[in-house]
Amino acid sequence: MSPAGMERVEHVEVRSGAYHDSVTLLQVSRRVADVPGVQAAQVAMATPLNVEVLAGMGFVVPEGTAPADLVVALRADDDSAVQDALAALVTALAPAVSTVGSSTLEPARTTGVALRRSPAPVVVVSVPGPSAVAEAMDAITAGSSVLVFSDNVSVPQEVALKDAAAEHDVLVMGPDCGTAVLGGLGLGFANVVQPGPVSLVAASGTGAQHLMALLDHAGVGVRHCLGLGGRDLSAAVGGRSARQALTALAGDDATELVVLVSKPADPGVLDDLQELVGGLDVAVEWATLGAGRRDLTEVATATLDRLGVTGVTWPVWRAPDAQPRSPGRALRGLFCGGTLCDEAMLVAAERLGPIRSNIPLSTELALDVRGDGRWDAGTAHAMVDFGDDALTQGRAHPMIDPSLRDQRLAREAADPRVGAVLLDVVLGHGAHPDPAIELAPAIAAARAAAGAAGRALAVVVSLTGTTGDPQGRDDQAQRLAAAGADVYLSNAAAARAAAALVRPEEAS
Amino acid sequence: MTGLSDLRGLLTDAPTSVVTAGVDLLADALSAQAVDVHRVDWRPPLGGAEVPAQLGAVLTDPRRVTANATALSRVLAAGAELVDVVPASQALGLRPGSFLHAGPPIDFERASGPLRGALIGAMVLEGLAGDPADAEAGLVAGQALSGEGISLDSCHHHAAVGPMAGVISPSQWGFVLRDPVHGGTAFCTLNEGLGKVLRYGAYGPDVIDRLRWMSAVLGPLLQQAVRRRVERAGPLDIRAIVAQMLQMGDEGHNRNRAGTMMLVRELVPELLDLGAPPSDVADVVRFCNGNDHFFLNLVMPACKLALDAGRDVPGSTLVVAMARNGTDFGIQVSGTGDDWFTAPANTPQGLFLGDFGPDDANPDIGDSAITETGGIGGFAMAAAPAIVKFVGGEADDALATTRRMYDITLGEHPIYQIPVLGFRGTPTGIDVTAVVRTSILPVINTGMAGRVAGTGQVGAGLVSPPQECFTQALQGLAERTG
Repeated sequence: MSPAGMERVEHVEVRSGAYHDSVTLLQVSRRVADVPGVQAAQVAMATPLNVEVLAGMGFVVPEGTAPADLVVALRADDDSAVQDALAALVTALAPAVSTVGSSTLEPARTTGVALRRSPAPVVVVSVPGPSAVAEAMDAITAGSSVLVFSDNVSVPQEVALKDAAAEHDVLVMGPDCGTAVLGGLGLGFANVVQPGPVSLVAASGTGAQHLMALLDHAGVGVRHCLGLGGRDLSAAVGGRSARQALTALAGDDATELVVLVSKPADPGVLDDLQELVGGLDVAVEWATLGAGRRDLTEVATATLDRLGVTGVTWPVWRAPDAQPRSPGRALRGLFCGGTLCDEAMLVAAERLGPIRSNIPLSTELALDVRGDGRWDAGTAHAMVDFGDDALTQGRAHPMIDPSLRDQRLAREAADPRVGAVLLDVVLGHGAHPDPAIELAPAIAAARAAAGAAGRALAVVVSLTGTTGDPQGRDDQAQRLAAAGADVYLSNAAAARAAAALVRPEEAS
Repeated sequence: MTGLSDLRGLLTDAPTSVVTAGVDLLADALSAQAVDVHRVDWRPPLGGAEVPAQLGAVLTDPRRVTANATALSRVLAAGAELVDVVPASQALGLRPGSFLHAGPPIDFERASGPLRGALIGAMVLEGLAGDPADAEAGLVAGQALSGEGISLDSCHHHAAVGPMAGVISPSQWGFVLRDPVHGGTAFCTLNEGLGKVLRYGAYGPDVIDRLRWMSAVLGPLLQQAVRRRVERAGPLDIRAIVAQMLQMGDEGHNRNRAGTMMLVRELVPELLDLGAPPSDVADVVRFCNGNDHFFLNLVMPACKLALDAGRDVPGSTLVVAMARNGTDFGIQVSGTGDDWFTAPANTPQGLFLGDFGPDDANPDIGDSAITETGGIGGFAMAAAPAIVKFVGGEADDALATTRRMYDITLGEHPIYQIPVLGFRGTPTGIDVTAVVRTSILPVINTGMAGRVAGTGQVGAGLVSPPQECFTQALQGLAERTG
């Protein structure tokens, strides 16, 4: 081919009566210039400025060309390239066939934008903790209540969110709130419960789920369950959401009785709440866990009593064979639910004495469980909450992915010092779709392994769930029992049974 | 706590719709319960690890909601009336040797080619240098050969705005606009036309000659015409013309054709009635008519008036200025006073004149992004189907651009409306926190100046601010929270 600049063909034509706007023509010029063999191209209306531009490019515009005329100026390697360029020009100038569609709305990237487009009374936020504040504030300022599932929100930010919520007359449930039910709609982890006269105010997700499951079994339905987040009843947060929730429920005609459930709470905050409740027209049962206080099953029974429901027994699904009394002396509790773990420790400690834990009832009982399941409690009784932050770094919550807990079961079964294992299973929306599919074989394998070593292992399961749950409560219970576990609907009863299966020290 | 609350009806019935932000599992659990679930397409915010905490601090600032409502309502309420045409020396008190420029403050040493070119031209225009070489030497030395000290400052610091290089020197004439609601004033020079012009950094003899004609003929005749009009029928309502131009296919930044025609229509009767030499009147009308961007220099101060009204509201995250000097892009925010948050300007993407290509383009320059800051220009792209090709060639893209801007703005303009969106108001009031959270950057329609001083315009296209302007502004806002 010819070296650059050796040969060239120039083509300048004027088209009258063909107006195109300058932007179109800039783009057309570019497309024509991109045709192979074209050295330069300018397609433009013959305004004085454009004529000057064309002159600057070395083109001669014919005399008499008017601003309303279209000038096509090309410089190409040969005639064939000019023809290609003119063909490209025709294509580029053809009217677009695209239509104005409605497909131009992009997904909302913030809660604020989503609410602007589609108002909703409630928002569920589960983005990484430090970013949850922004989404929650969007909800609050838009007049929507918000469940903040995320953890890792600082205490000052929690206080700021809750103060803003009170100002906007909406409720912040959380941060680190796992469960809420609003008129039958479950948010976060939630069991399917029938509608009824009891509402819960809960600074404890699995505690609330457990109470709801017990009430549901007794035929007593739930109106609302308003989560607060585990820190709400601490001195720093001061029960800010609890005050709003209790006040609002006092005005809810369909709520006959409120149960307030929490992990061990700040006594001063509890006093303040009791004073608040004294001035409201609302009946409250207090299910605040602690040594010497009622367990959740006792609170459920008391609640039923107040509603005139009596004679309820809590179901147990027995394994085909009676649980053995093994030579091992230690009890191990492996939990997905933090409050269930708390309650089990409180109940079992009455019989067994101190229980070590990663969420200990007192600091001297602390058990370091970091290190991917290689922790060892020795001959001590121990209960571990696999939902604690230290065990969920980079992992889904064990209610969603219990595999770490289920694997730990095998390790306990191989330990001759262990006599009984207590496990919890929590059903409902958001939880694992079929916990028994992994846990039942793990239980069978654990018992078989212990048997093969000439020992026996007792396995007890605390099952929180309702017959309406998508996993099917009774089916789950039967499969776990068939694998060799005794399954209790009452967590306290399960803990008591497990503790009873361990040989007391003094008997040896 | 007195009185009962039903938490806005939260406890009355089960919710039928829920918004979710975060893990899909929880949204799926809601969908399984047959509730209407709206999932947020959440993504991490712009910037570093410290940004979420800064966002938390700014968004929980108890002043924010009210402060933004106050600032935005002032922006939306602001009027814009053309009240006079005068030289900059009179309007701004500019002394010989004092020059204003577009964008955040900058010295001559760091100035880009087009800004240098415009300053060189202005030195010659003001008689402070006999030729471009003398002018450049004077600018470098900070003193003209005649002994006059040279000083530079940002137009925005003087209630003024300048397109492209935005150089304003004492003898240049310009429009004076007044906000009758808040009492502010704003100044902008007269538009010189296209091609080799001072604002694009050209300074040849034809550029200087045109500026001298503008000072000798165009400015004085427009002054008389505008003053007659004010006397006879009151000030010209520029905001009303902007509202109309949006409904006639202009977006007010890169397309001002309808606005220019409406302005000329208003002023021609006054011009004809002045008793001025008919050839001068014809030259003036021809000049205005022949420049589709003539009205841009009225749109800009109209937006400047509105945004100045929104300034200095503590706690407000509203952007009140976006401006570029050809080197840096800077923004100012209502809640952070006169601070500039700057970062190196991006280079526009777009279409080029003649033989020019991407290598010829200077980084983003000009105060004209005040139009986007005020809710038009790129933000009103959907109103200007004739220029949609700047966003990729499809009308849908123009609609998508405007719709995207709603997601980073605090409100909608009640007067500026977009017919194709059902006369919805234009997205107005950029929110620093929304930009940082969504990663959606403002879309700016802009001209492109040649990188080399003296070149002039090389093209036009689209540009976005550097994201650092917004993350820095967020930090500035966070530092001002309790």
